[in-house]
Amino acid sequence: MSEAVSALSGAIFEGFATVTDTGLRGMITVRGDLASKDMGAAIKAAIDADVPAQRRVTAGNGGKVAWMSPDELLVVVDYATVLDTVAKLNAALSGSHTLVSNVSDARAVFEIRGAGCRDVLAKLAPVDLSQGVFAETEIRRTRIAQVPAAFWQTGTESFEVICFRSVAQYVFDVLRLSATKGGEIHHLG
Amino acid sequence: MLTLQCPYCGVWAEETELHAEGEAHLKRFGPDSDDADFESYLFMRENPKGVHFERWRHASGCGKFFHAARSTTTLEVFGTYSAQTLEPPKDIKDKISAKYPGWSWREFS
Amino acid sequence: MSTRLATGGRLLNKAKQVTFSFNGKQLTGYEGDTLASALLANDQMLMGRSFKYHRPRGVVASGAEEPNALVNLGAGGKFEPNQRATTTELYDGLSATSQNHWPSLEFDVGVVNNYAARALPAGFYYKTFMAPAAAWKHVFEPIVRHSAGLGKAPKDRDADRYEHYYAFFDVVIVGGGVAGLQAAKAAGLAGATVLLMEQTAHWGGRAPVDGGEVDGVKVEDFIDATVTELEAMDNVTLRNRMMGAGVYDHGYLLGYERLTDHAPAVAGLRHRLWRIRAKQIVTATGAIERPLSFAGNDIPGVMLASAMRDYIVNFGTSSGDRVVVVANNDDAYRTAFTLKIHGLDVPVILDSRPNGGGPLADAAREQGFRVENGKAIAKVKGGKRVTGVEICNQAGEGAALEEIACDAVAMSGGWSPVVHLWSHCGGKLIWDESQAHFRPDPDRSPTSHDGKPFVVTAGSASGPLKLDDVLVDGQKAGEAAAQAAGFSVSAAEAPKGEVHEEAPLVPCWLMPQGAGPKLRMKAWLDYQNDVKVSDVRLAAQEGYESVEHTKRYTTLGMATDQGKLSNINGLAVLSDALGQPIPATGTTTFRPPYTPISMGSIAGEARDEVFQPLRRTPIHDWHEANGAFFEPVGQWRRPYCFPRGSESHADAVTREINQTRNSVGLLDASTLGKIIVKGPDAGKFLDMMYTNMMSTLKPGKCRYGLMCNENGFLMDDGVVARIDEDTFLCHTTTGGAERIHGWMEDWLQCEWWDWRVYTANVTEQYAQIAIVGPNARNLIEKLGGDMDVSEEALPFMAWKDGKIGAFDARAYRISFSGELSYEIAVPASQGRAFWDVVMELGKEFDIMPYGTEALHVMRAEKGFIMIGDETDGTVIPQDLNMQWAISKKKEDFLGKRAQLRDHMASTDRWKLAGFETLDGSVIPDGSYIVAKGSNANNQRNVQGRVTSTYYSPTLDRGIAMGLVHGGMNRLGDVVEFNKVDGSTVAARVVDPVFYDKDGEKQNV
Repeated sequence: MSEAVSALSGAIFEGFATVTDTGLRGMITVRGDLASKDMGAAIKAAIDADVPAQRRVTAGNGGKVAWMSPDELLVVVDYATVLDTVAKLNAALSGSHTLVSNVSDARAVFEIRGAGCRDVLAKLAPVDLSQGVFAETEIRRTRIAQVPAAFWQTGTESFEVICFRSVAQYVFDVLRLSATKGGEIHHLG
Repeated sequence: MLTLQCPYCGVWAEETELHAEGEAHLKRFGPDSDDADFESYLFMRENPKGVHFERWRHASGCGKFFHAARSTTTLEVFGTYSAQTLEPPKDIKDKISAKYPGWSWREFS
Repeated sequence: MSTRLATGGRLLNKAKQVTFSFNGKQLTGYEGDTLASALLANDQMLMGRSFKYHRPRGVVASGAEEPNALVNLGAGGKFEPNQRATTTELYDGLSATSQNHWPSLEFDVGVVNNYAARALPAGFYYKTFMAPAAAWKHVFEPIVRHSAGLGKAPKDRDADRYEHYYAFFDVVIVGGGVAGLQAAKAAGLAGATVLLMEQTAHWGGRAPVDGGEVDGVKVEDFIDATVTELEAMDNVTLRNRMMGAGVYDHGYLLGYERLTDHAPAVAGLRHRLWRIRAKQIVTATGAIERPLSFAGNDIPGVMLASAMRDYIVNFGTSSGDRVVVVANNDDAYRTAFTLKIHGLDVPVILDSRPNGGGPLADAAREQGFRVENGKAIAKVKGGKRVTGVEICNQAGEGAALEEIACDAVAMSGGWSPVVHLWSHCGGKLIWDESQAHFRPDPDRSPTSHDGKPFVVTAGSASGPLKLDDVLVDGQKAGEAAAQAAGFSVSAAEAPKGEVHEEAPLVPCWLMPQGAGPKLRMKAWLDYQNDVKVSDVRLAAQEGYESVEHTKRYTTLGMATDQGKLSNINGLAVLSDALGQPIPATGTTTFRPPYTPISMGSIAGEARDEVFQPLRRTPIHDWHEANGAFFEPVGQWRRPYCFPRGSESHADAVTREINQTRNSVGLLDASTLGKIIVKGPDAGKFLDMMYTNMMSTLKPGKCRYGLMCNENGFLMDDGVVARIDEDTFLCHTTTGGAERIHGWMEDWLQCEWWDWRVYTANVTEQYAQIAIVGPNARNLIEKLGGDMDVSEEALPFMAWKDGKIGAFDARAYRISFSGELSYEIAVPASQGRAFWDVVMELGKEFDIMPYGTEALHVMRAEKGFIMIGDETDGTVIPQDLNMQWAISKKKEDFLGKRAQLRDHMASTDRWKLAGFETLDGSVIPDGSYIVAKGSNANNQRNVQGRVTSTYYSPTLDRGIAMGLVHGGMNRLGDVVEFNKVDGSTVAARVVDPVFYDKDGEKQNV
């Protein structure tokens, strides 16, 4: 296999918060009956995590899994292990009506780190990111400026934003503008 | 700018996250239908002042289609509910009746 | 003259002098000044010219309601017209110029309009421009264009940064006066998250100017203490220099924050637009004083009484040395007192009320003021500055009793609550007879998604004007909002404001009451748009009974200040002329924004490179580096062609086509939509989606399919590959990927929710590259890997997974060019690497990439249709002779029923054919095929139109496809296509497949 590259090859911007292209990430769309035994077993087998509740993210040894809709999960693993994980999921779900699809290359992932990370996002997404409102284990699918995106918290002062690969430059640029010094709000932190 | 609660993911979404998808509870008429039924399916739409039922999609969100009952004049939202249903749920109809006694909308009242 | 006083100026930092310029003149002011106060301090009362008559105008107000003092501010990328001097904070280096005059503010040629005012009545433009039509183009429009507009439009790109910010609060309070502060405290103590915004840089509103005590301390100290308390509350956010611009549905509120307007040298954002969702909104927006309508009330030096007070107390600036005070209420007496305390003369206080004022009037007399009851101003004397007033009886017609010399007039016609934000989203008003103003009707609030009220008013914005009432109302509003937002409130006592008894005002809509036409013609209502009492009366006389019509006919309240001073006075005059009470006339509609907000703030981040999202394929960088000329396709940019050196685009396209047809070319097809459809019912589902039968497709094979909407019209096309028994991969057009995915989900979620099918849009997972041409197979074999791409192993319309070179690839044997063609999908992260390898190893075959234009020409040479060219949303597959792609075996598919409708089945429809010009030329894009005769509009009849037209390098002639009445039945006919120059070009109807009719080249 030839060397795989993420959309922006690790681009980084340091403003009042830091925006980084985190590189390729293994991502698998899983559609099916989330309440089924098979699904629970498959997610357990793949990354040793529980099926998350509505709009939640759960973590296991091998990665994370996020609730995307009532019949869709996103399994997130190291890029190097994605094909193995797809195989595990397919094997565990072979008996039921499901769809497992590797979408790693269709995505870009950015990290926003720093004291103003919530404000950086709140400039672009119509979402209440207040501490205590936006849960630590929450995933929110929404829009970032003019494109669909999703984000979750990775720490007290960091978030990850997932978007489509084709708009990686656009999303990086709007995050960069949001995080540019002089635009601090000091509202949400 | 409206906010609607997506009944699938629970998010209170503002209109910019949503996409309007036209009138709710249309009954599809296929190749065997007569001209009148097909015409009404394809073209005839309600344009009420007051109670209305619509389809929306949480387009920049969980991607699900859902139904909303609201007033076109006051923009009061009586409720949002599943797309997998042929009629508005009773609790929403009751809520409308409390506000608009004697309302009707197509075959519903 | 107006000048800087030794006293007053509580907002000034006199230790810090600031230098600025006005019309090129270097002036100085202090930190804390507004541009208006600094100009007054420099005796620059004349600040602008009016819109229509170019009359000299001075500042009237001290805040956002100012209609006259509008200036051009800044230069170059920081230039902005129509900035109110009263809300512009002074900073070092500020440069302002006045507007709407030529050659200078002092001497303006346009003032001839003033002398011709009699000939420019209300509705002048409507009446004059009725006819003739030609006069518009040659006479009226050039004149109007030259004279229209107050400020100059900026010429340079805006040099500043702007952004949006989404925020959520339980309670948002607009207005940081004492009512707003008190409301914020009440809501904050209840536990609500609170945002308190104030449009100016200062807290407390008018209270410090009006004076008084709260709970026994000076109101300034009360304000400071309250702000300190609020700042200490974690759940309360205070923001000044932030205006509530508009209230919208479901608690949506725009907050316009001006971050660096007062200090442009500071790096950072200029404006931030807060897009707020509030459970409850409290409008503590105060009240605005009304002017009085008397002749000459627009002469520089005539000002609102409260504004004159503001300039003295806040900015230590006088507006004149001898000031006549004229009013119909007690509040204006405070201005007289303030003037006197600061050493200025008040020769007379004219109180239009027959019985005069209350305790304040008594106090005035005790202090030795001359107070005249029942008296009015007949007219103001002066041109560019007030020189005196003629006094008359308010009850009379204006006969002068006395002339009094003065250089300024302080007027007050009472106060109107600022009801804009209340009204934006449907809050209703009631007429308050005792205060002669419209105030919010608390029983008819704007309602939110739950059907419950979401706006509460507080303080003067509710109607009460006195300090004690205002505080009580603020407390109540804060508690009510917190409670409505779901917090439990234990009602607390409001702080006690000092009680001042005041006598009631007596409405005064015209001064004197019996003013005749001559005086009415000089009594201004709307200063900025030059609308006078006489204009409104004329409108009423001509039958404009609705206030909305009168507004548009006279332009009353249509200027940049949106009638903040003029509306109530104007509709009172209208009511009087119509002989009806004021509430019967009603108000015009209040629309956001409250005051103009910058275009930059509306755009937010969406400008320059992020004006809109630009989608890039994994190979985009290569295209850019290799000189691609891009065209937009949806939000993608696709290479149109790859010109070399000075090569023209046409030559590049020809080269790319010849290379592809003769050897091998390369196309980045990554943008095509790719949707996985999987499940036991996937075949059945696709049979409904496509006109073709997809369920019979064998795994490993591909089939071209058409998608129609329920109207029967062709909406998308593409190749479907069956991956396994349960799984299909559907290709869509570039622009159709998201739309078709949504379309599929719509049917699965809303109609056939019991069908077991899942979809996934995997468009961007793959880089898809088409290797096209007779050498395509040779090249792929050279790339190596384990995939057998021979004709036997991978025939036309089949697909296969395997390794090509080092890459995990899926190859589709499909062709949109008519050549031997492989579309190869590799993971997007390796797309660029794959492209590079293909380019490198393809050198042997002179490989070159081709763009979308070559793609278009090659598909047209083969007679392949293109969605968006041959289709336009009114074309059915049958129109395109594609019956072969419509299954006759299927009982149903989307669009089938519609295609049975009379008009769809009609033989009269225009149908697809090919066209070859007799002279070999290229038919112009958009041409129609002309028919005999002409229609009712004297336009030539038509019988068809071109849909695709190109120069074909392969055939070295123009080729075209189009829709023509009769379609292929017309083979051999010669028809005429119109050209832009009015002539026509003759073309023969031919088979649209111009090249390789039997498909021998692609099926090898």
